[in-house]
Amino acid sequence: MDPANTNKASTGGTGVYVCHCGTNIAGIVDVHVVVEYAATLPSVAIARDYKYLCSTPGQELIKQDIHEHGIDRVVVAACSPCLHEKTFRKAIADAGLNPYFVQIVNLREHDSWVHTDHTAATQKAMDLIRAAVRRVRIHKPLNPKRVSVHPDVLVVGGGIAGIHAALTLADAGKHVYLVERDATIGGHMAMFDKTFPTLDCAACILTPKMTAVQAHPKITLWTLSEVTQVDGYVGNYKVTVKRKPRFVLEDACVGCMECIEACVYKQAKVPDEFNMYLGKRKPIYIPFPQAVPQVVVIDPETCIEFKSGKCKKTCVEVCADRKAIDFHQPEKIETIDVGTIILATGFYTFNAKRIPYYGYGTYPNVYTALEVERLVNSAGPTGGEIVLRDGRRPKAVGIVHCVGSRDENTNRYCSRVCCMYSLKLAHLIKERSEAEVFNFYIDMRTPGKGFEEFYNRVAEEGTHFIRGRVADIYPDPQDQGRLLMCAEDTLMGVICKVPVDMVILATGLEPQPDAQEIRRRFHITCSMEGFFLERHPKLAPVSTFTDGVFLAGCCQGPKDIPDTVAQAGAAAAEALALIDAGYVEQEPYTASVLEEECSGCKTCIPICPYQAITLLEDKKKANINEVLCKGCGTCVAACPSGSIQQNFFEDQEIFAEIEGLLSYA
Amino acid sequence: MPEAKPNSSGAAASATEAPRFEPRIIAFFCNWCTYLAADLAGTSRMKYAPNVRVIRIMCSGRVDPQFVLDAFAQGADGVLIGGCHPGDCHYQEGNYKTLRRYLLLKRLLQQMGIEEERLRLEWISASEADRLRNAMNDMVEKVRALGPLHLRSAEEEVFAEEVVV
Repeated sequence: MDPANTNKASTGGTGVYVCHCGTNIAGIVDVHVVVEYAATLPSVAIARDYKYLCSTPGQELIKQDIHEHGIDRVVVAACSPCLHEKTFRKAIADAGLNPYFVQIVNLREHDSWVHTDHTAATQKAMDLIRAAVRRVRIHKPLNPKRVSVHPDVLVVGGGIAGIHAALTLADAGKHVYLVERDATIGGHMAMFDKTFPTLDCAACILTPKMTAVQAHPKITLWTLSEVTQVDGYVGNYKVTVKRKPRFVLEDACVGCMECIEACVYKQAKVPDEFNMYLGKRKPIYIPFPQAVPQVVVIDPETCIEFKSGKCKKTCVEVCADRKAIDFHQPEKIETIDVGTIILATGFYTFNAKRIPYYGYGTYPNVYTALEVERLVNSAGPTGGEIVLRDGRRPKAVGIVHCVGSRDENTNRYCSRVCCMYSLKLAHLIKERSEAEVFNFYIDMRTPGKGFEEFYNRVAEEGTHFIRGRVADIYPDPQDQGRLLMCAEDTLMGVICKVPVDMVILATGLEPQPDAQEIRRRFHITCSMEGFFLERHPKLAPVSTFTDGVFLAGCCQGPKDIPDTVAQAGAAAAEALALIDAGYVEQEPYTASVLEEECSGCKTCIPICPYQAITLLEDKKKANINEVLCKGCGTCVAACPSGSIQQNFFEDQEIFAEIEGLLSYA
Repeated sequence: MPEAKPNSSGAAASATEAPRFEPRIIAFFCNWCTYLAADLAGTSRMKYAPNVRVIRIMCSGRVDPQFVLDAFAQGADGVLIGGCHPGDCHYQEGNYKTLRRYLLLKRLLQQMGIEEERLRLEWISASEADRLRNAMNDMVEKVRALGPLHLRSAEEEVFAEEVVV
């Protein structure tokens, strides 16, 4: 039904519907008093309460009143408009009214859930409804704006989340730009040895997907690249990407790695980031053997040619005709048009130095879990041998859980994966070194398919579990080289000091250090702990408050690989839904100029952040481009003659709300 | 007559003492940050004073100074404006416009004899429910301490002064 044809004249009166929301609202607000009061308000023809208005019978109730009693304006006093405004707009549109003839009163989030005093909460409900009744009477008929959706997608971050989302979309035939900050895709997962609880080799399951990305004709992969600017709106984003030089031409390099061999550095001397600085690499290197793209990269910080300009350039010599090495490769700026964006920027591991009493950085045999992932990895710096920094093999290993998680001093949240990866590391260490392993935990958290079984298996293998938070780690005075782990065993009720050779800190997951900058760039929000905020924790877990921008993986919060992949698939599906529809409906909250009142003073023109306002030279009147206007209303507030109006937020609508709130009728 | 206002928290008043003054506060919250923070305060079941009535707008930049003046004229004892933090505006820079208008409006209100604590601008992001609760409670307490806004008598005072000069 075309809502434009259903704008009846305002004669039928207003219907007020107060939702109980079970006891969520009715438990605090006396809905019967509110309904009785609402019925006395001017223009109100019908006032009702209902257990759950958002339910189908609840919506039917409203539709029926529209049909049978001819009400032409609706006030729904229920939960936040962010949740069900669309539901009720659709309901009244189905019944033949313009969808914007409903006003939502937020009785739940803004009243019953935040107040305890029944009288005050009921009074507040009456005030809010009175304002809405006044306001809704003067609502003008509006129709949502339709904008087209560009079929290309931008995926930011090339970890498992970004890879999976990109492949899903590309397999559906959509063109994907995958932008990765590092020299290779793969993210954290590429660093892991095995994955819990099945002990699949991480590389074996990840690298086929990585090469699939490289080979996919529908994926444009940009490594060493960062998004610097995002303009536009859902369906029509214009994204600027900065591509940093690799100093090796991707098209020319065949990945033979002869240049690495030929480098004037005969020995690898530079601490290797990919191996958590436990190994060494040369200034010209490939992050790891299966890196994608299979192209070497030159680190200008350590390359002699960059530092002094006096290198023999043996790498260039050996590359010969291929001419892949270019010390003067410039930075490139690319601008792309995409309709949707998936953010999969991942996480940052907690910096263990922030908890000084665990001695990370002070005692060489205190490791973080990610370092141990590289140690136990057969492609790692020790070839999978568990060898300490001093060359010894540990006989006893202590794992500290919840480092930087569930801690008032650092992060209050649980990082979700640490218990499981600690169990995995305990298993791998026992398997490869026969060392005794002590797990110091607060609570074992193993909620997942096969997780509890894995916990039992590790326990049966003879790993020790001590329930208590480690309070201190210090060198054993009796045995130099050993560390004493001091904790209260809360099950036994004793203080224990466990001598170990190696300590592993199960560091938690944190937002990326630049998460705040990223979210500003993409116009999204962060939750309290700094992870990107989803639109709704349950019902819109991969959407954001910015239409067309979706989230996947740990940038939204700590999660394991199965959840990350599931979320990446969901984000891809959400993007596909927009692309396949081909258009998206937007709120019509744009501003427009009442020409007869405009004096052409140009106050509004510099105020618009979108350059949507121009002066019509012939008429000397301001004019707003509806396509460019995003509906903030700043120009409306600035106009000295009141000649700009914003749809749904017109001056008289807001005055009606103010006056409604403050009149004691 | 401000005294004629109904007491919105009658339960708090006892028979022996005069009912506590319950200020009426109008809030303008932007749709993207502060309104969501208020929603989050709800879902987090935080508790705050029931004196504030929120009007949702898309951007704090939509707050026309006339809205604030109208609210005071209609009997509000205080007005709270909530927007995104500087640099975080969903519409790039609407909140900067709000700040400029707010600072000018404060000076105007002063000339009208309206105490400056009665108008308040807060930057509250979508995740800062605790900040929202504190702002709500603090605003209510500050305005309660000031007492009802006798807008008419305040105007007369200013007028009298001007006549004397």
